[in-house]
Amino acid sequence: MTTLLSAKNISVTLGSRKILDNISLDMNAGDLKVLIGPSGAGKSTLLQCINHLIAPDQGEIYLEGKKINTNNNAELCHLRQNVGMIFQDFNLFDHLTALENVCLALIKVHKLSKADAQKRARKELERVGLANRAGLYPAQLSGGQKQRVAIARALAMDPKILLLDEPTSALDPELVGEVLLVINDLAKNGMPMIMATHQMDFVRSLATEVLFMEHGVIIEQNSPKVLLAEGAKTRTLDFCSKLNNLKDSCTVLG
Amino acid sequence: METIKTILINLPYILEGTYTTVLLVLGALSLGFCIGVPLAILQVYGNRFIRQLVALYVWFFRGVPILLLLFLFYFGLFIGFNLDALTASGLVLGLTSSAYQSQIFRGSIQSLPLGQFKAGCALGMSNFQIIKSIILPQALRLSIPGWSNEYSILLKDSTLCFAVGATEIMARTHFVAARTYHHLSLFIVAGFLYFLITLIGIKILRFIEKKYAIPGYTLSV
Amino acid sequence: MEFLDLAFYTERIIPKLTDGMIESLWLIIPASLIGGAFGILMGVLRVFGANWIKKIADSFVAIIRGVPLTIQLMILYFGLPNIPYLKLYLDPYQAALLGFIFCTGAYQSEYIRGALLSIKQGQIKAGQALGMTKFQIIWSIIVPQAFRKAIPGCGNEIIYLIKYSSLAYLVTHIELTGEAKILVSRTFKPTEVYLIAGCYYLFLVTVATWLLNLLERKLYIPGFGKAK
Repeated sequence: MTTLLSAKNISVTLGSRKILDNISLDMNAGDLKVLIGPSGAGKSTLLQCINHLIAPDQGEIYLEGKKINTNNNAELCHLRQNVGMIFQDFNLFDHLTALENVCLALIKVHKLSKADAQKRARKELERVGLANRAGLYPAQLSGGQKQRVAIARALAMDPKILLLDEPTSALDPELVGEVLLVINDLAKNGMPMIMATHQMDFVRSLATEVLFMEHGVIIEQNSPKVLLAEGAKTRTLDFCSKLNNLKDSCTVLG
Repeated sequence: METIKTILINLPYILEGTYTTVLLVLGALSLGFCIGVPLAILQVYGNRFIRQLVALYVWFFRGVPILLLLFLFYFGLFIGFNLDALTASGLVLGLTSSAYQSQIFRGSIQSLPLGQFKAGCALGMSNFQIIKSIILPQALRLSIPGWSNEYSILLKDSTLCFAVGATEIMARTHFVAARTYHHLSLFIVAGFLYFLITLIGIKILRFIEKKYAIPGYTLSV
Repeated sequence: MEFLDLAFYTERIIPKLTDGMIESLWLIIPASLIGGAFGILMGVLRVFGANWIKKIADSFVAIIRGVPLTIQLMILYFGLPNIPYLKLYLDPYQAALLGFIFCTGAYQSEYIRGALLSIKQGQIKAGQALGMTKFQIIWSIIVPQAFRKAIPGCGNEIIYLIKYSSLAYLVTHIELTGEAKILVSRTFKPTEVYLIAGCYYLFLVTVATWLLNLLERKLYIPGFGKAK
């Protein structure tokens, strides 16, 4: 079996600062890898390098064993069609309704007819529980709803793999649940995903592998059972317990 | 040869008009800015009555020909007393420009996401504070390209002020042309002068636009 | 009293000026539509084009905005036939229309460029992440948003065009102002004729304003502009 997608020796430098330092990553069917780490660790940059929204200074991307020539626009578009992405701040197209947001790429990229695209889009919106919001504009949706539309938009393209860049961190706590529920469903259906997140319960129950990043380097890489085991002496657990303490103190204050 | 000689002899006289032209345009632009910005704000945030009042103002000054306004102001029909040519011209160009400028600023204000206003509210700022320190700084930057249009058009419209006797570039060119009969070449010289003044203004505005560009708003594919 | 001679207006002035207005509309409508499309294209090229394209487009816009329209029209009509080898003869209508299209295009491109500045890079990234090509992203995500945001400014240009269309008389194309001038020379009543011609222009501006408002309301994107 060939790996679905692999990133090899990705490096990004900004001035004299290394944002990503020689990072490699393989994705196989059924993988759900989670990126954890302090802000500025390079998680977001890594995700955007994988579908080449950011051009790395070094490194290659392979899709199903085939190297992507990133100078070739057609190959680049092919890569991106197969790799869906969910942004932290949604990036819905402001001038289009929820339904049109999902339709657009279906019509333009997959060359579906308008009717077919709408049919497909409605199905995806239904899947994320927003069939009754199809006619609303992004500004008329709540944060959670926006993110679910963004997920529907990505799923409609039939991606082989999904990249999620802190999909819940811009959301109110009570809205996090509805988005995680959708992602949960996807994971159970075996959608391969790479996700940057700090939702630890989610990580514990679903992730197949945790990658702890700091200063552009992957420091620890293992299954959540190992890294997050009770009493494990890992940077990951250390970081997570700090997050937890913070959350607890917030709860106390709240 | 004869033509070149005529141009060279009369060039200083025509060039003197540059001072009047630039003064007129800068004055009118400033007046238009000072009136246009409040108008734009009122048209976006005002109540229905105020919005319609602004729309009426804009309709009037965009709809009535500048030449007509010039005569009305110069011969004192509008305000009851006579103005000198330069003041009347500046006033008319400024008021007209304010109507156009208000639409440029309105477009920019309305292209900002609502969240910007809400964020200000959330910080407990008053409406006035929000508009002054959140909305306008962003909207004005977005307005620079459209505003450069207004500069270039106003510069050309300033030639109309010759009708009430403001001695700017075009008026002086007309005088010289009438005396020497070298119409074509003289007007080409004047045209080149206008081109030069436009170009300098555009370059300055482009420089300001780049200098104050808002990070995250620089598009590239 | 002849000033109140109604027949003079209804029989001599109004029909001629109405003919002139229709002639003006034949200039204004195509020039604003073609010029608008041209302006959008130029605006996009000036932001997204390769460096050399940007330079050419910028220079073109600078020249069109810099040289007075009167001189441009003269060059198109009287100048082009004098260029050796080219000897391009335009009839008055073609010369006027071409001049107005260039002029409108240059100014509209600046309004479009301003509107493009207000769109965030995230919109492009989202398009890229869906595997859309540069062309698709620009024309189905960026331009529709920019166009809507640019309407107030673009409206200015259309109204300027209505007023500047009177310059067509310079290249001997007879439209509203041209008819008015002819009427004045025949009737020796400049005040009455020009006043009524002014009303015609005001009428055109009013209709344009109304249409622009309608367009703006129809294309409104929720979430932008008003604190409501």
